[in-house]
Amino acid sequence: MSEYKSESNLEKILKAGHFAFTGECGPPLGANVEHLKEKAGHLKGCVDAVNVTDNQTAVVRMSSWAASLVLLQEGLEPNFQMVCRDRNRLAIQSDILGVYSHGIKNMLCLSGDHQRFGNHPEAKNVFDIDSMQLIHTVKTMRDEGTFLNGQDIDGPPELFIGAASNPFAEPFEFRIHRLAKKIAVGADFIQTQCIYNMDRFREFMKRAVDMGLHEKCYILAGVTPMKSVGMARYMAKQVPGMDVPASLIKRLQGAGKGKVAGEGIKFAVEQIEEFKEMEGVAGVHLMAIEWEHRVPEISKLAGMLPRPKV
Amino acid sequence: MIVAEQKPITEILEMVEDYTKILVLGCKGCVTVCNVGGSKEAAILASTLKIAKRKTNKKIEVATHTLERQCDPEYVDEVKDMIDDYDAVISIACGVGPQFLSERYPSARIFPGVNTKFMGGAVEHGIWSERCAGCGTCVIHHFGGLCPISRCSKSLMNGPCGGSSNGKCEISKDVDCIWDMIVRKMTELGRLQELLEFVPPKSWITARDGGPRRLIREELVK
Repeated sequence: MSEYKSESNLEKILKAGHFAFTGECGPPLGANVEHLKEKAGHLKGCVDAVNVTDNQTAVVRMSSWAASLVLLQEGLEPNFQMVCRDRNRLAIQSDILGVYSHGIKNMLCLSGDHQRFGNHPEAKNVFDIDSMQLIHTVKTMRDEGTFLNGQDIDGPPELFIGAASNPFAEPFEFRIHRLAKKIAVGADFIQTQCIYNMDRFREFMKRAVDMGLHEKCYILAGVTPMKSVGMARYMAKQVPGMDVPASLIKRLQGAGKGKVAGEGIKFAVEQIEEFKEMEGVAGVHLMAIEWEHRVPEISKLAGMLPRPKV
Repeated sequence: MIVAEQKPITEILEMVEDYTKILVLGCKGCVTVCNVGGSKEAAILASTLKIAKRKTNKKIEVATHTLERQCDPEYVDEVKDMIDDYDAVISIACGVGPQFLSERYPSARIFPGVNTKFMGGAVEHGIWSERCAGCGTCVIHHFGGLCPISRCSKSLMNGPCGGSSNGKCEISKDVDCIWDMIVRKMTELGRLQELLEFVPPKSWITARDGGPRRLIREELVK
């Protein structure tokens, strides 16, 4: 019996006690995978695993499992994301078996953005199960070796189970309980929503540590560097559940013309430095959206290179 | 009740364009309560149709009648002697009415005059809100009397999702986040602990997903 649940690189890094570093890549808006391969090239060697988003913001893209396989071919370890919006429990379980059979070892379980945000708002949604029940589904398949109906699986999927947490969404008081619930149901690791309000996140992590959650699960802090003042304002006002303090917007404004992106990266690096020291934080999840080419620079500045070999 | 709204008048006019003798058939059930399909609304729709047709110089005859309920064969029978006098019938009951009429009077041309929206109630005068998705297995007592299936945009059983903001749902500032309300209510009731329990996947067999539904009460079947 292996000491690992999945033997994924991410699991080995975390279990060895290293500070993990994951990245993110969005699949293409078509069958052309050249840009995806180019983005993957920037991330290679900088991160331990790469999240592959699943029709994020409800915009149709190449399926997350297919794009995950492209990353695998490119020599990166994917963290396959799955949302409950587009699949019922039959499709969910068959896709889980499918990705595992092709060598995918990490999976992030999400509810999914509502389709009204996306480019097919007329679509019918599924939500047969929710993200919590998705975690339960993967765990049942892996550890019990059965489908949700109790039937035996011939070759259970040995996946490292991930889940998301948004410490900034409301009701704020309940968020820590929801995190605890995801861990109790079976999450092996957590990736948080992008963090900008450090005070609030410190408070959140303190509660997580007080509850002992960091001992049951690996918590990766979410970081998205701000590219511009416009992006910061948009995230502050338009993205539900995002907490961007006015002080950060002011800091970016103060950077001066042509220097905002650099200031955004500087803030991200400062965050990563603090997360390394923060009790209960096991790593960082860097979501550099369509900014993959800046990941090597951020990784270097944050002292995350070279990545440990396990 | 079942909440409905009138179809746009242009759509109704297009439906009955080729007909000259029209019966607008109201219902005294839910649609009367939500001010869309009772005798008053039947009369208004009849006048509107007459005025619109007059503008096009087309001859038209419009009568109205309102049944006790259109979802009951006993009352649907009531129009058996008059329905053949009309070449089109606009039912302004919920979607059940025009179907019961079509089944009872196969040769009649029946048109739906309203769009059936949802099961809910009036939260303010003139404002109705959804409360039930008819899933067939009610569980609201586990959620402080609030239904996450009909009232959460994602029907989450283990909410709230990360999109809850200021008590509102991520899809619109006009939609309350029911999970925000559930958490607050259960906290007030001192029952928050119950929300920490994992709710397993729901069986949708009793919902529409299990196929078109039918209810048989043996003791009532003659």
